[in-house]
Amino acid sequence: MKAFLRVAWLVVRKDLTVEIRSLEILSTTVFFAVTVVLVFSFGLIKEGRAPEDVAAAILWIAMAFAGTLALGRTFDRERQNETLRALLLAPADRPALYAGKLLGMLFLLALVEVLLVLLVGLLFQAPVFSSPALLIALLVSGSLGFASVGTLFAAMLVRARSRDVLLPILLYPITVPVMIAGVRGTAALFQAAPDEVMARFWLALLLFFDAVFVTLALWTFEPLMTD
Amino acid sequence: MSRIKAILVMVAAMFVAAPWIINAAPYESTMGLVQKIFYFHMPSAFLFLISAIVSGVYSAMFLFGKKPPSDWKALAAAELALVFGTITLVTGPLWARKAWGLWWVWDARLTSSLLLWMIFAAYLLLRRYGGPGSDKLGAGMALFGMANVPFIYVSVNYWRTLHPQTSVVPTLPVSMGGPLWFCFAALLLFFLTMMSLRVRLERQRAALERYYLSEDNP
Repeated sequence: MKAFLRVAWLVVRKDLTVEIRSLEILSTTVFFAVTVVLVFSFGLIKEGRAPEDVAAAILWIAMAFAGTLALGRTFDRERQNETLRALLLAPADRPALYAGKLLGMLFLLALVEVLLVLLVGLLFQAPVFSSPALLIALLVSGSLGFASVGTLFAAMLVRARSRDVLLPILLYPITVPVMIAGVRGTAALFQAAPDEVMARFWLALLLFFDAVFVTLALWTFEPLMTD
Repeated sequence: MSRIKAILVMVAAMFVAAPWIINAAPYESTMGLVQKIFYFHMPSAFLFLISAIVSGVYSAMFLFGKKPPSDWKALAAAELALVFGTITLVTGPLWARKAWGLWWVWDARLTSSLLLWMIFAAYLLLRRYGGPGSDKLGAGMALFGMANVPFIYVSVNYWRTLHPQTSVVPTLPVSMGGPLWFCFAALLLFFLTMMSLRVRLERQRAALERYYLSEDNP
């Protein structure tokens, strides 16, 4: 267990060091997320007013789009210099490598989400600070569900042809429950009178989804990444 | 092979006979003629689910056992899942338009069927365009797809459900249940023959590949 955590932490540290030096993924992903929200604003805002109830959906769609982009890029980087092979050759547990990649991804997504929440609150007049703890819990568990499947699929697709198209094609149908639960839960919080009971129900579903899919991913990562 | 041919002839005969048998069934009291689509809709929906489960199970076996035949079966079942899913998703709205007045409602069962169909469409796209190694990736996808079904169902179930429950089936009168099970048997036989033909094709393809390789490196 200790070795597992150590390997995971080393992978996270490696990814973050590379990222801090170049800021490539973070800056492009953040800019892309802002662009997505702006595109939605131009599509939805009429006479200076946003329709009610769209803020939650836009927040999650922007998260999913930006997340897909970031997932593709983190593994592209591993492929360019054949570093993925080096990672897989390392005498370490494969699931630990997966956990490290997943944690790095979650960290990146968290940064993007902070910005997205503020932006959605600003442009769509959503009461984003009404119940911060629940909102954070929903976002974290939703990102975990999305990224747990996404990290596994992106890792699998590293060697596949047309991986850029295939990643969203494979990822979105599987993560629909995350989107439904995330959007419904967040929308319950963004109402004029926040419905915390409803948000908790969706949070429970998200946590259950996370537990099943993280377990399944840890279990299948080894056979999927072995030639 | 001759056995498969014989079964194929029987399946064809059953499909030809089906309209007469369905016609002989009594009219449903509130929906009348439209209800007849049920005799194809329900069995194909059921086979859609069966093929999806078969594909998921064989994918898991391939992922952990690494034997090519499991992969052929997973692929064959996935293609059939798409076929039966398409039949279900076409006959469903046709019926819904008459029964509920709408082509499509975002009901739990409809949405989960659509998403399951999308998962298998994605699987087949991956198999088709993923290039080398896509068999293993596909196995992962099918496994995740199968694990996803309960989540899709629970998450969309929170909306109002219009779709009749499956529990009506055992309570059907014999005059309606008979044709239903007849159609189900015809489609099940069709599923089994198509499945064995498709697996046979993959086996031959693999054998051909092997001969090519041994020709190149004697």
